[in-house]
Amino acid sequence: MDQISISHVRKVYNTGDVETVALDNISFSIKKGEFVAIVGPSGSGKSTLMHILGALDTPTSGTYILDGQDVSKLSKDQLADIRNKNIGFVFQAFNLLPRTTALKNVALPMTYAGVPKDERNKKAEQLLKDVGLGDRMNHTSSQLSGGQMQRVAIARALSMNPAIILADEPTGNISTVQAEEIMKIFQDLQKQGHTIVIITHEPSIAVYAQRTIYIKDGKIEKEVKNGKGTKN
Amino acid sequence: MDFQELLASSFEALLLNKVRTALAGLGIVIGIGAVIALVSLGQATQASVQNSIQGLGANLVTVSPGSQQTAGGVQGGFGSSQTLTLDDATAITAAKFASISQVSPEVSRRGQVTAGRNNTNISITGATPAYTEVHNVTMSSGTFITDQDVSSTRDVAVIGPTVVTTLFGGGDPTGQVIRINKIPFTIIGITVSKGGTGFANQDNIVFIPITTAQKTVFGIDYVNSIAMSASSANSIIQAENDSGYLLLQRHKISNPTQADFSMVSQSDIISAASSVTGTFTALLAGIAAISLLVGGIGIMNIMLVTVIERTREIGLRKALGAKDNLVVTQFLIESIILTIGGGLTGMVLGITLSYVISVFIGLPFTISIFAIILAIGVSGGIGILFGWYPAKKAADLSPIEALRYE
Repeated sequence: MDQISISHVRKVYNTGDVETVALDNISFSIKKGEFVAIVGPSGSGKSTLMHILGALDTPTSGTYILDGQDVSKLSKDQLADIRNKNIGFVFQAFNLLPRTTALKNVALPMTYAGVPKDERNKKAEQLLKDVGLGDRMNHTSSQLSGGQMQRVAIARALSMNPAIILADEPTGNISTVQAEEIMKIFQDLQKQGHTIVIITHEPSIAVYAQRTIYIKDGKIEKEVKNGKGTKN
Repeated sequence: MDFQELLASSFEALLLNKVRTALAGLGIVIGIGAVIALVSLGQATQASVQNSIQGLGANLVTVSPGSQQTAGGVQGGFGSSQTLTLDDATAITAAKFASISQVSPEVSRRGQVTAGRNNTNISITGATPAYTEVHNVTMSSGTFITDQDVSSTRDVAVIGPTVVTTLFGGGDPTGQVIRINKIPFTIIGITVSKGGTGFANQDNIVFIPITTAQKTVFGIDYVNSIAMSASSANSIIQAENDSGYLLLQRHKISNPTQADFSMVSQSDIISAASSVTGTFTALLAGIAAISLLVGGIGIMNIMLVTVIERTREIGLRKALGAKDNLVVTQFLIESIILTIGGGLTGMVLGITLSYVISVFIGLPFTISIFAIILAIGVSGGIGILFGWYPAKKAADLSPIEALRYE
């Protein structure tokens, strides 16, 4: 069953008099439990695509069906609920709350979902242990390395146990060794049944995925199945 | 997310960046404190001026000879007319008006007063016993002029504390003799200092019986003024009417606009002084308005900057599933906490400041409730508005625009 289905999506930005076409007639679908990489050079529109997939932004035209629901027709609050419960985000810049402990960062989405304090702290502790940061729970982001911050971000993305994990250049700001560890975590998550979509411009990262969608100038250039994701 | 959690997370956010919170709070503290201190001091000054006028005498009404200004007419100099007599004063007393409690006819001139080798040129006032009641005079030793002194035209004198110093160099000169226009007077009492200065110095004065003043010293048969105490503050106008019509009748004048005397009540003086202090208060209100504006702009700026700086945070919170309302409410609560905290601190600061200054420069200490309400209302309103408005604008952005905000 298709978990994500995008058809004829177009996104146009208006900056003053200049119209910039970021996405032009994009259509594809992603199955439940799939590990997909979206690859393209900078300015190709892949980040815009990620934002639309993550319900952070809405397409100018076209439809986006997520779990059978037409996302382009939802209200702002309904979109907030989708971001909270259906999708977990991992950003290139980590985007952790400054001066806030790892534990509180991980618990934040659960706060918005109304999970009681004891329960969300217990869950956040478990998630941090799972990503190997059991001894860093009360560290703030300035006390963590890039790789550790990204693991906190992954733990946060998992806190509402979402079906889909969206990662935008998750290894862009960390070392190669740490990047490998992060990608292993994503592979484990796929095995647990999460759908993973990763955006990157590095082919070495894309090989962890089962399928790669190449984007150029706002259009799909090609799709490649590499199958490595399940072999490891 | 229930309200309690929202409140807790607002407090947490404020405590996370203590410097930012302290700076925003300081803007509010100074804005509110300055307004409260300035307006309170203005009101203290006004109260102080009113108290000094009140001290001139209780519910005083003064009748002076001379016509009131008429169109085309020429008003004589003060005290130059001779239309009021001792009999006028006696008639007012005899009429026993309920509105008037005391009647004090007075004559006054400057003259040479000597004691041994010392001499001084001071105000010589012919008075009756009613003078003490009407002008709040109290005795530090001896007695004031009595009815017997007046009826028997005795050569006795009551002197002010400054005269004691200039003529006798201190001590208690009761029983000693001073000479007024070479006529010897026995000192029977000394008044308590009233602390006036210059022209209105009530301490550099000699009182003698009004009859003695008229016949022996000045050689006149009129009085310079008749001062009266109204029986209460509310009966001042009635006192003016009662005594005024009686005098018109006695002077056989039918048209009140052609009266040969004029009346000034203490309420006239107070209203004149009030218009002066009113101007002063308006000035202070202007200063307060400017400090409110400056304080308000300061608060506005720091709140705007604080919230704009957190646009990325707003974007992140939204990306993680916070609804717009929740984000705006959290920022609103943060501004309210800041404003209440800063407002209360500013209030304490303003009150302390006006207390210290009023003690320092000897003003009565007053707290202006109006200023407190105004300052907290305006500054608080600005603080909350400019905490809420940019947060609302940031929350209206799509999460991705907010996240990308630099």
